[in-house]
Formats: sequence, C-alpha cells, structure tokens
Amino acid sequence: MKTKVTLTVNGQERSAEVEPRTLLVELLRDQLGLTGTHVGCDTTQCGCCVIHVDDKAVKSCTMLAVQAQGCNILTIEGLAAPDGTLHPMQEAFREHHGLQCGFCTPGMVMMGVDIARRLPGADEKTVREELHGNLCRCTGYQGIVEAILSVANPGAVKEHHHA
Amino acid sequence: MGQFGIGQPLRRKEDPRLLQGRGQYTDDVNVEGQFWGAFLRSPHAHADILSIDLEAARAAPGVKAVYTSADLDADGVPDMPCEVELADLAGAPMWKPMRPILARDRVRFVGECVALVVAQTQKQAREAAELIEIDWSPLPSVADAREALKAGAPILWPELGQNTPVHWQNKPSLEADAAMAGAAWRVDVNIINNRLVPAPMEPKAALASWNEQEGESLGKLTLWAPTQGGRKIQANLAKRYLRIAQDRMRVISLDVGGGFGMRGQTYPEYVALVWAAKQIGGAVKWRADRTETFFSDYHGRDQVNEAQMGLDEYGRIVALKIHTLVNLGAYMAENGPRMPIEGGGRIIPCCYHVPHFYFSVKPVFTNTVSTDTYRGAGRPEANFLMERLMDAAAEATGLTRDEVRRRNFITEFPYKTPMGYVIDSGEFARGMDEAMRMAEWDTFEDRRAEAYSRGYLRGIGVAAFIEAAGGRAPTEDMRVRAELDGTVTIFSGSHAHGQGHDTVFSQLLNEFLGVEPARVRLVQGDTDVTPKGSIGTFGSRSSMMGGAGIKASCEKLVAKGVKIAAHLMQSEPDAVTFSEGVFHAGGSEMSFTEVATAAWDATRIPEGMTPGLDEGHNFQREAENFPNGCHVCEVEIDPETGIAEIVRYVAVDDCGAVLNPLIVHGQVYGGVTQGLGQAMIEHALYDAEGQFVSATYMDYGMPRAHRMPFVEAGFNTVACRTNPLGVKGAGEAGACGAPPAFIGALVDALRDYGVTHMDMPATPEKIWRAIYGAQFDTQKSDGIYAEVT
Repeated sequence: MKTKVTLTVNGQERSAEVEPRTLLVELLRDQLGLTGTHVGCDTTQCGCCVIHVDDKAVKSCTMLAVQAQGCNILTIEGLAAPDGTLHPMQEAFREHHGLQCGFCTPGMVMMGVDIARRLPGADEKTVREELHGNLCRCTGYQGIVEAILSVANPGAVKEHHHA
Repeated sequence: MGQFGIGQPLRRKEDPRLLQGRGQYTDDVNVEGQFWGAFLRSPHAHADILSIDLEAARAAPGVKAVYTSADLDADGVPDMPCEVELADLAGAPMWKPMRPILARDRVRFVGECVALVVAQTQKQAREAAELIEIDWSPLPSVADAREALKAGAPILWPELGQNTPVHWQNKPSLEADAAMAGAAWRVDVNIINNRLVPAPMEPKAALASWNEQEGESLGKLTLWAPTQGGRKIQANLAKRYLRIAQDRMRVISLDVGGGFGMRGQTYPEYVALVWAAKQIGGAVKWRADRTETFFSDYHGRDQVNEAQMGLDEYGRIVALKIHTLVNLGAYMAENGPRMPIEGGGRIIPCCYHVPHFYFSVKPVFTNTVSTDTYRGAGRPEANFLMERLMDAAAEATGLTRDEVRRRNFITEFPYKTPMGYVIDSGEFARGMDEAMRMAEWDTFEDRRAEAYSRGYLRGIGVAAFIEAAGGRAPTEDMRVRAELDGTVTIFSGSHAHGQGHDTVFSQLLNEFLGVEPARVRLVQGDTDVTPKGSIGTFGSRSSMMGGAGIKASCEKLVAKGVKIAAHLMQSEPDAVTFSEGVFHAGGSEMSFTEVATAAWDATRIPEGMTPGLDEGHNFQREAENFPNGCHVCEVEIDPETGIAEIVRYVAVDDCGAVLNPLIVHGQVYGGVTQGLGQAMIEHALYDAEGQFVSATYMDYGMPRAHRMPFVEAGFNTVACRTNPLGVKGAGEAGACGAPPAFIGALVDALRDYGVTHMDMPATPEKIWRAIYGAQFDTQKSDGIYAEVT
C-alpha cells in the first residue's frame, strides 16, 4: 500500500508514492535523488541526516515521509544561493576547517544554521552542548565549533594558531 | 612559495563540493536494475551449524538468489588468509587459520556472515534473510584474552588445541633479567588497553556490478566501496577470489566517509558481493546499518600489557620487560597479529633509551570479531604503556614527571631501537618544554588549590610519544600530467578519505611547477585510472609517500620542460633555468603552461622526443619517519559525579616539515579526540556469553563535542632527514598522545585517594568509585557504563 506525499523541497514542489514505513530520509535519498543528506546510523544518534523541516532542524531518519506532507523542506543541496554562493555557515566551515571526510558535514552545517538562528551570541559551551546529537569522527569538533561560533558569535572565536 | 605553496594554511579545495552535498559516497551510487544484498549473520558467539533451510527465503517475494558457503565452495572460492608471518624463538612458525567468506559448519563470533540473500529491494532481502532456518548447536564461548588462556577455556580451533598460535619473543630474557636484578628501582604496570570500534561516520556499503557491455567481451566487474585505496583489494578480488585478469576488476572509492585504518582490508562481504554479482550477471548493492558496521569492520586495540622497568640510582632506565596479550578475535585479520609487534614494537621503548629490552607477545583467539589496524595500530598501546611506566618511575624515584623523562630521552640521532628501526631525528626535551610552557605547568599548583577551594579535584598529565609513519609498503606510485588547457592532473596512488590531498598536493604542484591550485585536478580512488603501483593511504603515509612521488614527477616534468623550452627559445638546455613557474633563457622566458601546451605538439618539440608532459614516479622510501610530540592535559573532577572535565589540552607535535598547518592541526585535533575517546568513554564490549553489547551509537561511547576540549596546538618542527620533503606523518600522533596525557592527569588528581593507575575508559563511574572507595564497589560491573551526558 502506497501513499502519495506532496512537499516542498528546496523551493520546489515534489510528490512521491511512499510506503507508510518509508522514512523521510529514504524519500529524499532514494526517491528524490538528494544524496547530500546522509545516513550514519539507525538510532537517531549521529545527526548526519539533519535537514530543516519548516525552518527547524530535524533528523530526517526519525520522521516518516508521510509526516512531511505539506511541509517545507530544506536540505544541504538547497542551502547555497542559486548562483552557487555558499551560505555563510558553509563558508565558515571551509574557513575554519570544519570538515574532513565530509560525511557528517551536511547534518553539521544544517544543525549549525539552526543553532546560529536560535541562539545568536551563544558561547562555546552552548554550541558544544547543542551539538550533542551530531557525531563527527574526523575533526575533533574543533573546526565545527569554531565555524558555528564565527556565525553565531564572532567575538567568541579563539585566536587561530595556524593563521 | 607564495600564498599557495608549501606551509600555507590554504583552505580546502574539496570543501565547496562536500559542503553542498555533492560528495559521491558509495551509497550515493546506484546502477540501473540493481539488486540488493543482505547478510544473515550469526546471533551466536560460538555454535555449530547443524543444518540450513533456505526454502522459505528462496520463495520470499523478490528474492533472486540465496547463497551459503556451499555455493562458494562449489565454485572454488578460497577462504581468507592472514598475511602476517611470525615464529617463536625456536623458529616454529605461527599457526594460522583461514576464514571462510560465509561461515562453513561453525560460527565463531556474533555477526559472522552466514548467508547472502539477493533480492529486488533492500527490505525484501532483509526480510528474506530472516526466513532462513538454521539449526544451531551452541558451544561454550570466550571473549576475553586472559580468560581464553585459562585451563578449561573453550578452544576456538581444536586442530591447534590451544588459543594462542605462537609465543613470539624478541630474544631470551636473560640479559634483561640480569639488568633488572641490578636496578636501583623497579616499577610495574598492568594495563588493559580497551577494545575500540573504529566507527567512521559512513556505514559500510558496497555496490558490485557485473557488466558484459562497454567493450568487454568477457565481462568486467566493478566494486564501489569505501576503501583507503582500492588497488590491493582489486588484486585480491581478481586474482585470489575470482581468478580473472586483474584489469577485469575495477574498484572505485571516490568519497569515503572516514577510514582510520579499518577500510583498507578485503572484507568477506566484498568477496561475497562481487562473486554474487558475477553469478547473477547483474549488480548487487549492500548497505550495512550501524550495528552491522560495528560487527563487520575490524576492531582496534584490545591488548593486555604487563610491564616492568628498572632504573638506576640516577633515574635512568636500565631494563624493560613487556608481556603482551593481543586479542585477535576468532580469525586472523590481514594484519591482526602484527599490531603489537611490527605495529607498536618498532617504536618501543618510545622516546627513551633502554639498554636491555625483553618483549613477549601472545596473540589469543577469542569469540569476537577480528582486531586489525586502527588509528595508530599498536603505537598508541606502546606509548600508553611506556608513559604509564614513566609516571610510575617518577612516583618511585621522587623525581618530577618531566625530570624522569628528561633523563631518559633519546638525544642522539640516528638512533637504532631495540627492534632494529632507525629514528632519524627528534627534539623530545624541547617539545616537552614547549608543551609545559604553553600549558602553564609551573603555576598548576595554584590552579589545583583554587579548584580544591571550590570542592573540585584538579590534575595535570604529561605524555611524550613517538610514532612510526609511512606504512609497511615501501613504495607509492604517483603521476603528474600537464594538459593542453593549462590544467595539471595528478593521478594519485595515495587516497584521501578526509585528509585533504586535493589541497595539499595542489600546494606541492604550486611549489614545484608554479601552477595555481585552482588549475590542479586530483584523480584518485578508481583502479582504472590510478597508477598501477598505487598502494593507498594508511599509516600516516601520504605526505611522505605521495608527496615525494609528486616531487619526483614534477622534477621529471621540469627536466623535460627545460629541453622543450631550450628548443623553442633557441637556447641550450644547460642555459635554461626554471623558477616560480617560468623557464628562463637569457632574456627570454616561457611559462610552464606555455611549455606544457607546446609539449603536446610534435612539431614544436625536439626531434625524437615523445610529445607531452606526463611523468610518473614510483617512490621508494629509504625509511619510515618518526613523528613525535608531547601533550599536556589538565582535568578538573567533580567528586559528586565523577565527571572529569578537560579544562586544558596542549598538543605540541613534531610532524616534520608542515605542508599545510590548517590540515595538520585538523589531523592532530581528530587524533587527540579519538585518543580521548579511548581514554574517557569508548569500549567495544562483549559480555560473558560473547554477545557484542556496544553495537550501536547508543551503547558505544562516541566522543561528543560537549565533552571534548579546545585543543591548543603547537609545532616543534624537526625536518625528517630521510625523505625528500622532510615530512613526518600527522594522522595518528594525536591518538598516541591523548590516552596517557588524560590518564596521567586523572591519576594526578586522584593521588590523595591512593589511585596509581586507572584503566581505560576512565568513565565517571570508575572515577566516582575511586573517590568514594571500595565500599561502593559492590558489583563488578566489568566495564558496562552508560554515557554520562
């Protein structure tokens, strides 16, 4: 038994036939071909699949596709400007070396945008706590935390030791 | 040179692509008409398979095929070997088992592959796998190396009759015994070095595709998989398992979500999938979930070390004896027993001069998944052991922790270690001084007193360490080609899975050819196009091996370019010079790009010359390099909760010449975090029945941002003398320094409670129990700790 869902993804209306058990991330990756959103676990721990649903950060592995009916979805593919100009958070991740292998990165960036929007002026400790649901195995989080701080609270970025 | 050359913190070229979700990881790849594979895995730690009934699975919706070892055996697919050769002192070789691709008659660990189901969708394949009926006859099991050596322990390999396949020793212990007997001080440590899951963020996945089109009359197989460079896997799959010409097998790993040493192996899943793709004449995709990734990626560490060190009256080491058990798991992985010996042993006794050294290693079979190379691969274990001994030596002799290290540092180079490796360079005392200065070691007691006044316990730890980088394989194949459009292509034998090769190798081309990074293209991770002698990336080797290969290739390009430039500028080659991307002859000059373009035009080059600027170099290393460093960690413990917060972390590293400080620091931060993960919270734990109880991110303690420190990183650069770029590896150093620095700090904070050592992971529960004493230690929880958030 399949159900039709219609939702707005990165500004475009999209429809798909899904099973009741289809996860939102499966709809995005397998049916809509948006493979920038990653799956790193199956227990809602890693945060690689974070997207925005109606302007809120959501783990897309923890929401059924049918629950997204009528929602406004933003994925990593839709974050940069149409002309390719990187979003300030994407730019900050590059500037502060907030990514290595890149697998956790889409979720981290989407989470970072959400943190900076909700908590302008957040300090380092707050940013670290807000990242509790996002795992990274490469960077030690340092560049990620610096990148998010540089957008949310530029004065809190510690001095660069590598210039 | 300039803003793009060696030593510049160039921002990464890879990032815009990865930051916009345009990476191409294995699971992002699909082939039209592909089937899906699912593995049925053993739920038992040790059991005989009395019978397998596949009927229901074969009849399930969408199922194309169901395979077991019987099918592989019928086609003559061989079992998997271990590549390590060891012998005991009498010369008797190590006994080695083979691992079936799919279990044959018996399973030996939870998660071992038993059957492969191929169906039209992933859900169909998984659901059909659950319909396979197996009549199991469970056997007693053992997961702990010490338990496995006790009389009456279950025996993994009855044909061996015991659980240890060799007792390896470096030499008889007589000399070390005699020196130890004469020592003024003797200190002992007993360490359990906890088993870890490598846990790259990308779960394991593969897509195997058989294709009879594309001009291949006999057909060709392609495997997409997250490898660390696919050449060896290609060779294994083609020659050993499928017995086809190597170039009929193609392995592609474009973007890989982390490697950490565990993604270079030819895993049984890959063999089963490529074989199945060939059988059905189509494509089979497999996507492991996280638990399956935890079961099937090899694990790291899992050693037991008992060590004794003797010192003379001045606090100088006179002898060192180490007895190590390494838990191999049920089978022997490709590199398994190599970890303590060649992995770690080549740097023992680390930064210190030791006149008499005895080293005994017993690998041990248990009912667990195999252990193999994981970030550091034996060196973190060796450094941890050595640094715990040095702290114990300070305690025994009354010398300060830095002084006892200072009195024993190796100061003359080249230095030949007891295992015969030659360390070319290092300034260990200078690195320690710098780390202590940055960490304000001198004023620590003030901070300890201030914390105490607030009811908190503070401690500080120092750890000097050394690493061996470059990897076992002594060669790497690189090629550089100047294109007609002014771009330059690097065909790389090295493989980046987070290390930023596109950026750093572009900096090298800028340095040697004057080409801007934006005009450099890196080709990697596809055996159809990477150089034949490609090895790949592991053991912190790419800067030295790939970097030197690029340098030599560029030198060949310039040498040929000089001849072409001389021809075009009507000069003699001897009169042509090349600097900063420009060929000069007298008053004339031509840019590298102009010469490169001309080089492809047979009418513009000297007669008899092959057109083009396209040169490769298979670099052969003279020696490995020896990165080293000193880390200082300061912790503050809340005695009410046992939570140890890292309030300061300083890492001073000698990574040799630094090609890109941004990227080197990134490697250090990541390595430190994996080291702190081991020290604080990570533990791959099997229970008494051999069940793997930490098989998800909910149960396995991954380091998270809120418990990790801001790392202050510094360099103590001493250029390596044995490679052309003067580089030393950076990838694994952090994982060597962090565990002893953290545990040293913890023990320092808990000194008043009689704590002299704490095994890893030093969880809040363990710390709390250490403070509140044995009366609370009513149950032996044996390492099952919830993550404290």
